[in-house]
Amino acid sequence: MNLRTDYDVTQAIELLHNCLSRQISHEALIWLEEKTNQISQGAMQRLFYTAFSAVPRYLGKQQLTLSTQDLRAAAAIRPGWNPQHWSVDQVGRTWIVLSLPHADIEKYLWTLEQVFTTADVRELIALYQSLPLMPHPEKHYARAAEGVRSNMTSVFNAVALRNPYPAEYFDDLAWNQMILKAVFVGSPLYLIHNSDRRANPELGKMLVDYARERWAAKRSVTPELWRFVGYTDTELQALAKVLQVDDIVQQEAAALACAHSPLPQAKELLARYPHLQAAILQGDLTWSSFSRDRLGADT
Amino acid sequence: MMFIDPHIHMVSRTTYDYMVMREYGVVAVIEPSFWLGQPRTSSGSFKDYFSSLIGWERFRASQFGIQHYCTIGLNPKEANNEALAAAVMELLPLYACKEGVVAIGEIGYDDMTPAEDKYFCQQLELAQELDMLVLIHTPHRNKKAGASQSMDRCIEYGLAPSRVIIDHNNEETVEEVLARGFWAAFTIYPHTKMGNARMVEIVRQYGCDRIIVDSSADWGVSDPLAVPKTAQLMLERGIPEAHVKAVCYENALAAYSQSHQFSESDWLTSTIDQRELYYGNSVLRGQTPVVEASRDQILIE
Repeated sequence: MNLRTDYDVTQAIELLHNCLSRQISHEALIWLEEKTNQISQGAMQRLFYTAFSAVPRYLGKQQLTLSTQDLRAAAAIRPGWNPQHWSVDQVGRTWIVLSLPHADIEKYLWTLEQVFTTADVRELIALYQSLPLMPHPEKHYARAAEGVRSNMTSVFNAVALRNPYPAEYFDDLAWNQMILKAVFVGSPLYLIHNSDRRANPELGKMLVDYARERWAAKRSVTPELWRFVGYTDTELQALAKVLQVDDIVQQEAAALACAHSPLPQAKELLARYPHLQAAILQGDLTWSSFSRDRLGADT
Repeated sequence: MMFIDPHIHMVSRTTYDYMVMREYGVVAVIEPSFWLGQPRTSSGSFKDYFSSLIGWERFRASQFGIQHYCTIGLNPKEANNEALAAAVMELLPLYACKEGVVAIGEIGYDDMTPAEDKYFCQQLELAQELDMLVLIHTPHRNKKAGASQSMDRCIEYGLAPSRVIIDHNNEETVEEVLARGFWAAFTIYPHTKMGNARMVEIVRQYGCDRIIVDSSADWGVSDPLAVPKTAQLMLERGIPEAHVKAVCYENALAAYSQSHQFSESDWLTSTIDQRELYYGNSVLRGQTPVVEASRDQILIE
């Protein structure tokens, strides 16, 4: 885990400003600039609350249009930041949140807490998406974990997907629960930032247990979960079973898991499937190509 | 005919009411925040209540093809607990500008105490600051004086009468409200407020300009079908259909669309999908989910 993220908030705001200025009316932009100015200069909290809620009234809710250059700039400003699927109101709300003075940590967190605990669904999504950009990121750990516990898939996804916060700040317990829940609710694992780096034996065990439960009930499992499996003999037994099923998607995923496993037995297992082994060795089959070809990832 | 019930407390009504209301042509409701029958003991109760108005209740209504909006405010009865009232005032800015909030309300007087006046005025200030509409609850007792004073205060705080809806009117208040340029709403509520036969005569006498019919249905013995039933009675008793449409649909639309949070397209383009969940919860209890492609299929014209 990297518990320290240095990035320049003003650069993030500048990028948000540039993206918005191309898409919203001059009047809406002026409104937002005025509000964010007042908030950053310490305006009363009610101005922050009302402006945060009122954003869609002025900006609308259309999808943000970003160029490859914008996305590259976002990732350069804050590694892992990917606003590709944000809407203009989410951008506006993020800008407002980033304008909140944060030198007095206690007051800053208290104010944010008021917004989190009274937010509607769209507001929650905007807040959780903004977590990795907020100052004092380590202080938002409990809040992020709460977002993962949400029963709203869209809110859960705002924390779990395309968001660098969990990989950087979650401990293994919270991280593993998040992955397991993503599998449970059907969220695509390939959108979880830096997920491979946070693979761990405990997670592999949990996922294999989950798969066995599903199989016992004659249900299928997402092939993506094999991405985190391959640490023990028990897990290899599960992979061996998957490699035998008549489903090329499952077979490819299990083969990739074997290829990435630290255990020598995994390589032996993979060698029994020369066509899959060859595809992996030649670079034709990777988790990236698998996500694109088998799961419809647009990356 | 499509109907709007611009004043109904759905939080104390059942899902069955939503189903029947839709059958009778109700396409949109506005739920003003009000009291619950017994006083709330902490601001936390208000917080959860406001959250349910902007969250669960909106979802529940949508699952039956009804668009749900609300107004946010500290009600006059509970303004008399000053410690609580002050805490609720801190909460209001967190909710007032959320999506689907069409006004500050219902605010006004109950006993016309100084505390009620204080918090009424503070909320008028908030409405003015946020450029919001206001929904006024006129008192059950001393109604005429309460209505007059409410309007005086609105003018005093710089609110345009065209942006204020005065509710719970009767034969005694309607003239002044209309003459001063405010919207005059009437709650069709058994015994305590306006009856629908009396409502017919009001429309006959005053026409349909700036008059709005609603049910104010809540946990009391009240009727969530009061708007469509009153419309039916008006038609039976010879009120022109255009006037009926105005007081049971168009005027509420005109008044509240000033909030920019209330638009006919919301219900004309909405669809029902009962497979949806809200915080993991469904409105169904084992029923087969209804999934409809467009509102046209469920409207009874």
